[in-house]
Amino acid sequence: MKTAVIVFPGSNCDRDMEVALTQATGTPAQRIWHKDSTLPDGLDLIALPGGFSFGDYLRCGAIGARSPIMKSVAEFANRGGHVLGVCNGFQVLTETGLLPGALMMNAGLKFVCRDVHLKVETTDSPYTRAYGNGGVIRVPVAHHEGNYIVDDATLETLKAEDRIAFTYCRPDGTEGGNPNGAMADIAGVLSGNRRVLGMMPHPERLADPRLGGEDGAKLFKGLVDTMATA
Amino acid sequence: MKARIFVTLKNGVLDPQGQAIAHALGTLGFDGVSDVRQGKMIEIDLDEKDKTKAEPKLTEMCEKLLANTVIENYRIEMD
Repeated sequence: MKTAVIVFPGSNCDRDMEVALTQATGTPAQRIWHKDSTLPDGLDLIALPGGFSFGDYLRCGAIGARSPIMKSVAEFANRGGHVLGVCNGFQVLTETGLLPGALMMNAGLKFVCRDVHLKVETTDSPYTRAYGNGGVIRVPVAHHEGNYIVDDATLETLKAEDRIAFTYCRPDGTEGGNPNGAMADIAGVLSGNRRVLGMMPHPERLADPRLGGEDGAKLFKGLVDTMATA
Repeated sequence: MKARIFVTLKNGVLDPQGQAIAHALGTLGFDGVSDVRQGKMIEIDLDEKDKTKAEPKLTEMCEKLLANTVIENYRIEMD
C-alpha cells in the first residue's frame, strides 16, 4: 500500500503521520511538498497532516487549500482515491470543498490539548471498519478551531447517509465531552463515497503503545485491510 | 483604486468571539449592547481604475479565497 503525506509550511504532525502510515503499511510513506503540482503514481492514500499551514492566515486551512498540490489531491479524491485529513488537514479538506461544513473557533475560545473520547458512529468505511462493533476510543485533540458547523440540510444528509464517522462522548460512551462546541458533537465526517475522512482528533498520535495507547492504530489497520482486499 | 472587503459571519452562525467582546463591554460599564459580531476587513489596491470592471474581479476573489461562503458573507466597497 502506497501512501503519501502532504507537507505545508507550518505543518507539524507530518512526521507523526509518516511514522504511523509507515508502521501500518510496512512501506515508507512519501512526503510531498505543497508546491509540487503532481503526485507520485500509484498512490493508495494521501494524508493531510495537522499543524498550522501558512500560520492559519486568513482562515485555518484556507491558504493551504489553494496550494498547487491541492488541485492534484482533489482530482485524486474525485477519481475515488482515499484522502485522510487530520486536524489542520480536516480544515484544508473543508476549505477545498472535498468535505462539507467548516471548522470555527472553539466555543470556549481556548486552544484545547488533551485526550478526548470518541464514539465510532459507523464502521462502514475503510477508516473505521477495524473498530469492530464501534464502541468508544481515546484519542488526543490539539486545536483552536475544531468547532464543526454545517447547515441543517447537510447535517440531515450526513446523518441519513451514515457519514458521521466519530462523535465526542464521555468515557462511558454517553453524551458529553465535546471539547469545542462542534455541532451534533461531530469529530469526523466522511465524503459521499466514504473514501475521504476529515477528523479533528489525532489517531496518528496514539498509534503505538510506546506513546501511551494504540486506539488510533486501528484506523490505519482498517485502511491496510481495505487495500489488501481491493 | 482601493477596495475594501468586509467579511462577516452569516446570521445564525454563533460568534463566540463577538460574545466575549460583548461581555467585556458590559464589564467596562457599557450598557445597552445587545449583540456584537466580529468580522474582518481586507484592503486591496488594484491597478484597475474602472469600478464596473473591478467589481466582478473582486467578487471572484471573495468567492474563491477571501470569504468561506459556508459560514461567511462579504461586502465590497470601492473608491
